[in-house]
Amino acid sequence: MHRIMSTVPVDAVMLEARAAALAKRSIKNESKRVGIDLAIRCIDLTTLEGKDSEGRVRSLCAKAMTPQPSRPDTPSVATVCVYPNLVAVAKDALRGGSVRVASVATAFPSGLSSLEVKLADTAAAIAAGADEIDMVIDRGAFLSGNERKVFDEIVAVKALCGPVHLKVILETGELGTYANIRRASDLALAAGADVIKTSTGKVGTNATFPTALVMCEALRDFARRTGERRGLKVAGGVRTTKQALTYLVIVNETLGGAWLEPDFFRIGASSLLDDLLMQREKLATGRYAGADYIPKD
Amino acid sequence: MTTFEYAPAPESVRPHLRERYGLFIDGAWQAAQDGRTFETIDPATEARLAEIAYASAADVDRAVRAARKGYEKYWRKLKPADRAKYIFRIARAITERGRELAVLETMDGGTPIKESRDFDIPTAAAHFFYYAGWADKLEWAMRAGRTPEPLGVCGAIVPWNFPLLMAAWKIAPALACGNTVVLKPAETTPLTALALAQIVQEADLPPGVVNVIPGDGATGAALVEHGGCDKIAFTGSTEVGKTIARRLAGSGTRLTLELGGKAAHIVFADAPLDQAIEGVVNGIYFNQGHVCCAGSRLLVEERVHDEVVARLTERIATLRLGDPLDKNTDIGAINSRAQLEKIDELVRSGIADGAELVQQPCTLPERGFFFPASFFTGVQQSHRIAREEIFGPVLSILTFRTPDEAIEKANNTPYGLSAGIWTDTGSKNMWVAQALRAGVVWCNTFNQFDPASPFGGYRESGFGREGGVHGLYEYLAG
Repeated sequence: MHRIMSTVPVDAVMLEARAAALAKRSIKNESKRVGIDLAIRCIDLTTLEGKDSEGRVRSLCAKAMTPQPSRPDTPSVATVCVYPNLVAVAKDALRGGSVRVASVATAFPSGLSSLEVKLADTAAAIAAGADEIDMVIDRGAFLSGNERKVFDEIVAVKALCGPVHLKVILETGELGTYANIRRASDLALAAGADVIKTSTGKVGTNATFPTALVMCEALRDFARRTGERRGLKVAGGVRTTKQALTYLVIVNETLGGAWLEPDFFRIGASSLLDDLLMQREKLATGRYAGADYIPKD
Repeated sequence: MTTFEYAPAPESVRPHLRERYGLFIDGAWQAAQDGRTFETIDPATEARLAEIAYASAADVDRAVRAARKGYEKYWRKLKPADRAKYIFRIARAITERGRELAVLETMDGGTPIKESRDFDIPTAAAHFFYYAGWADKLEWAMRAGRTPEPLGVCGAIVPWNFPLLMAAWKIAPALACGNTVVLKPAETTPLTALALAQIVQEADLPPGVVNVIPGDGATGAALVEHGGCDKIAFTGSTEVGKTIARRLAGSGTRLTLELGGKAAHIVFADAPLDQAIEGVVNGIYFNQGHVCCAGSRLLVEERVHDEVVARLTERIATLRLGDPLDKNTDIGAINSRAQLEKIDELVRSGIADGAELVQQPCTLPERGFFFPASFFTGVQQSHRIAREEIFGPVLSILTFRTPDEAIEKANNTPYGLSAGIWTDTGSKNMWVAQALRAGVVWCNTFNQFDPASPFGGYRESGFGREGGVHGLYEYLAG
């Protein structure tokens, strides 16, 4: 791996300073309106809990298609993201709409199973109708220097996915340094990831602004080198409109407006949608509605 | 494709602006003796902001006498802990009125509001907080056996690029050490100095301890030549600094000079390039390049030159130039028409010398003084744009092949205020820093300031240090 991939150094201090500066962009009025609808369209509305049930998933799917029934101009989200066992339910509930089904796979969230199990997991999700697969990398292998294993597993899952969109979760909160995040990003892109994704949402540190920034830099350099655009997904801990808008700003000013589409940018979140709807309502009426005016799910 | 444009986000706070400002002498607002006034304008709109009393020699004399009286009668007799209380009061007032002062600084000087709000004003307050803490602990700054003694009256002449901050750099340590001050702000940016005078008045400092006398170069010259100051602290151009040094030679008046620079910003091939580009952008485009320690000479290792130029070209295309009061503006207004003409003249010389100019693609506002973020490639050491301080958003890019060559080129300047190094190799960062003749060397960062850290130059960038414990020595006898 070291022979085919060079290491890109990353300086934490300046990276964080740049991310903090981007977080200070002031997004008001019309740009806030555009940003909120864009963020909604980019959401992977997610439920990944042991207690997930058919009823819960159907309810989430209804919200994914029609987030705010009282405002029919509210866009639908990009996907509903579930465990493989619930893909068929989601697929059924979303029939006829634009919302697609994403499934986590490959022994999510740890990724610590054999490749056979990971492939079987992925195959089951695809067979059940998943349009997109969110796989995890083996962080232990990456950190111990066995990058070949990480690379080969992504290649194998991608081969199985075929046209199914593959998102590769780096679990940045476990990688320790921004240079590692950059290296894992480069590795996943080289192995064929359609999208590189920050986190499972299952560890202490999930998506952060500097993490998104360094991953954008990897995507930008990849596009520059190969002419090919790949996507970014931030996940975990994105709860507020302000955070979502900052991620849009980071993508906008690092990759450019062409990346601000659900094909190239996603936010994995559950409660974020409610805050976006509340801010959307505020822009429409000039007043904040109570939380109970937003359908909960 | 979605367009995600940023709607205007103007700062909503409007400062209380008086129609006219007097001179602040002996604790009171006074007209100039000859009644002379001048106007200060907003460089982004060319609109008149206020009419300011102009201090001529007679007013300088009044101010110096008031400062002497304030020194003898009140300030030198005050217990150090009580001096600290007054300085803390000033610090708190600056913090409390931070937003208003930031807007004032931006309107008068053209600096983007995000910079005045997040850097200028908080750092100015931080200097007062820092030196207030020193006032009753000066013994600990001295060598064993020495007693800290104030100098007396200090004349402070400050530039227009960071008006309030530069005033704070001088006034805070001067007051902490027991001196009184006559402050001469720059002609184009008197407003925050006058707002500071209001703060001093409201903080109830004894009369004469801080005096503010707006004016131009002639006012500054009168302050230097008055003979009643025990110390002159000047920040500004090397040319004026040399004149002041000549005037004061042999007079016994203490002097510190913080002058120009042509800082080398060195990017090695093994640098974290994305962050280095951010450092370069901050180094030269911060405050439109109106920064004495700006990283205005970029020395790039030849093997990454093309990549750095390509990335920088892309990066400056994302800079937002325009209304300095808009919270998303990255490049504000050039401070004055005269400065704009100076930048323009040097840029034309660069083109004439054969360097290649790259500028951010943007439309300049119709009114006001603006200059796009720019850089030159193919610059040679002999070009004027590699040697003279442009003091604008214009970077000169040169190349080197080995670290020794980088060091040689970096040091090949009459200046020596600051320098920057970008490399991922820690040891190289350290030994290159040791070899650079500059007062401040930033490693994998740029433009970092803290009141606890001394700042000052080598050679034609001046002498004396401001900030930190070193900054105290410039205001203490013994």
